[in-house]
Amino acid sequence: MLLLIQYTLIFASVLLLVALGGCFSEHSGVINLGLEGIMVIGALGGALVMRYLPAGTSAFVIVVCTLLGSVVLGVAYSALLAVASINFKADQTIVGTALNMLGVAMATVIVKAINTAANPDDVSSTIQYVSPKKAFLVNIGGFEFNWFMLIAIAALIFAYVTLYKTKFGLRMMACGEHPQAADSVGINVYKMRWAGVLISGALGGLGGICYILAGVSEWKFENGVAGFGFLALAVMIFGQWKPTRIALAALLFGLFRALSNVYFGFDFLVNLHIPGSVYNMLPYIISLIVLAFTSRQSRAPKAEGIPYEKGQR
Amino acid sequence: MRKLLKNNAVQSLLASLICILLGLFIGYIVLLFINPAGAGEAILNIVKNFFNYNRPQAQFKYFGTTLIKTAPLLMCALSVLFAYKVGLFNIGVAGQYVAGSCACLYAALAWGWSWLPCMLFAIVAGAVFGAVVGLLKSYCNVNEVISGIMLNWIGLYTANMILSNVQETGGNHTRDMFSAGRAAILPSLGLDKLFGNKFVTLAVPLSILLAILVWVVLEKTKLGYELKATGFNRNAAKYAGMAEHRNIILTLVLAGALAGLGGSLFYQTGHEQWTCTASSVPNMGFNGIAATFLGGLNPIGTIFSSFFIQHITEGGSHLDLKLYSPQISSLISSIIIYLCGFVLFMKHAMTNAINRREEREYREKQARAKTGKGGEA
Repeated sequence: MLLLIQYTLIFASVLLLVALGGCFSEHSGVINLGLEGIMVIGALGGALVMRYLPAGTSAFVIVVCTLLGSVVLGVAYSALLAVASINFKADQTIVGTALNMLGVAMATVIVKAINTAANPDDVSSTIQYVSPKKAFLVNIGGFEFNWFMLIAIAALIFAYVTLYKTKFGLRMMACGEHPQAADSVGINVYKMRWAGVLISGALGGLGGICYILAGVSEWKFENGVAGFGFLALAVMIFGQWKPTRIALAALLFGLFRALSNVYFGFDFLVNLHIPGSVYNMLPYIISLIVLAFTSRQSRAPKAEGIPYEKGQR
Repeated sequence: MRKLLKNNAVQSLLASLICILLGLFIGYIVLLFINPAGAGEAILNIVKNFFNYNRPQAQFKYFGTTLIKTAPLLMCALSVLFAYKVGLFNIGVAGQYVAGSCACLYAALAWGWSWLPCMLFAIVAGAVFGAVVGLLKSYCNVNEVISGIMLNWIGLYTANMILSNVQETGGNHTRDMFSAGRAAILPSLGLDKLFGNKFVTLAVPLSILLAILVWVVLEKTKLGYELKATGFNRNAAKYAGMAEHRNIILTLVLAGALAGLGGSLFYQTGHEQWTCTASSVPNMGFNGIAATFLGGLNPIGTIFSSFFIQHITEGGSHLDLKLYSPQISSLISSIIIYLCGFVLFMKHAMTNAINRREEREYREKQARAKTGKGGEA
């Protein structure tokens, strides 16, 4: 049971971080379908930092540097989406999809190049981080507390305050609802959208490193992040683009995802004799069902996905 | 010349070529970063693909191998294209492809069906997956991209579960089609002898025929017109008396059927077996998206772009694995899709440049005419 709670919380943290990222981007008016790719690149940044930090580094430094690594790469990568969709008015769906594919391909190529350079016989795309991973965990009576749970809550508070309590957040949301109106009162729509996408890059990158640290102590970058970026988007839609509701939705989805990791710990679930694949499918099936019921009265930002052109009515 | 440049088709072609060249160039730079010594040769190896072999027979044989994989890729690309023309982004193509593959493999290996029923079964399976997306989209307003991705993963795990019943003992691949499902192998029409490659079958010409068929349906029929109208403006189409719900569902069913057929055209050649422990959705679907946009959203253009994407993907296997990883190819194709996002901008820039020059020339001509008149007087 403790294990289930632990996995639920860690997967919920991933989903919450990434979904909040999507929330920022969409409120500014850009659909960020590239979250999956951003997660992979963010994870790559963190994993590389963990690989190259010297062995004796203190836990605090490891945590801070790893987080910084993911955030920096996540932001840099999301700039690719921003420049294409904001300045060049590209189709956001195409660019997002391209970023997802590019993320996995790029991470694989980079990691393989690093591995092969270190050892010519090693053509795997795996990075190990057995000892640095311990820096993120605090054992409290059998429950492995992960710093990411705290970071996710901090991100939630940050998102809530920024979006609803600051001038910046309210202006950004105006750009997602009615950019022409926002422009007419002197808000720079392009800048706001850039800010939205870059923030989503930072949160997506954090989500990525959190995901690969969740259960295992090495990661094969060829595998990407198994649709988690899109699950996060489903969480965001289920949460109706509101941070607090997104948090609840993330908990629900986190629970279903956690079940596939720990279902064999429950006698009654094992006795049902359901194949493991069904548990693997569960989060995706649940999200389809949930979306079917919640997408009808969607409260999506009105202008999302439409490139803003000055002078267009 | 200038008239030619203004032509939409020519602009599309130019834009695609620019995307390809830039994509290859960026790929080359990446190779330079990894290992500068072999980069030039490596990028040539990718572009040459089957020309890397010296003997003409071998070249022809591996040209055939590229074609075998081009056929399913083309089907996936057509599926994406068909939906995109109706304003839907069918990212679920990978799941529909998996559904088709799973259906034909299971029918062939477990029930021993012959090739045509297997193929039809694959089409139905793909169509069902497409229909789910369509129903969710039209009645529940679920974004087709997100439901498509969810179905990709559902499809993958379902396929693994079902196909593990027909896997070879002791391995995790499905049983070999040539020994266990001989009846389901597609007829070769003599193409196997022509290419000296037993896996080249009916699939290749069939996929090209279907590309032409898709073009005809979209451009020359009432159905295509209605579907496109629905894509342009759902409300206007409804107002004009078109059944918009039906059109959206129908589009995704047809798109799913095309992708499902793609699965059949690949696995019923017996070229590869399904891996029942696969942990990621096959790349075929996502490469299909690349081919669609690189092909300038034209079914005929898609034939060539599919071949190109498959060509460089195969070319990746000719790299020296000690220096570079074959994923360089998918890196290049994803850069190409990213650049395809800029196509609209490129076309706009081309048209603008021409218009500006024409305007300037017109003004110069007028100015000259004026001074000319002045001279006369």
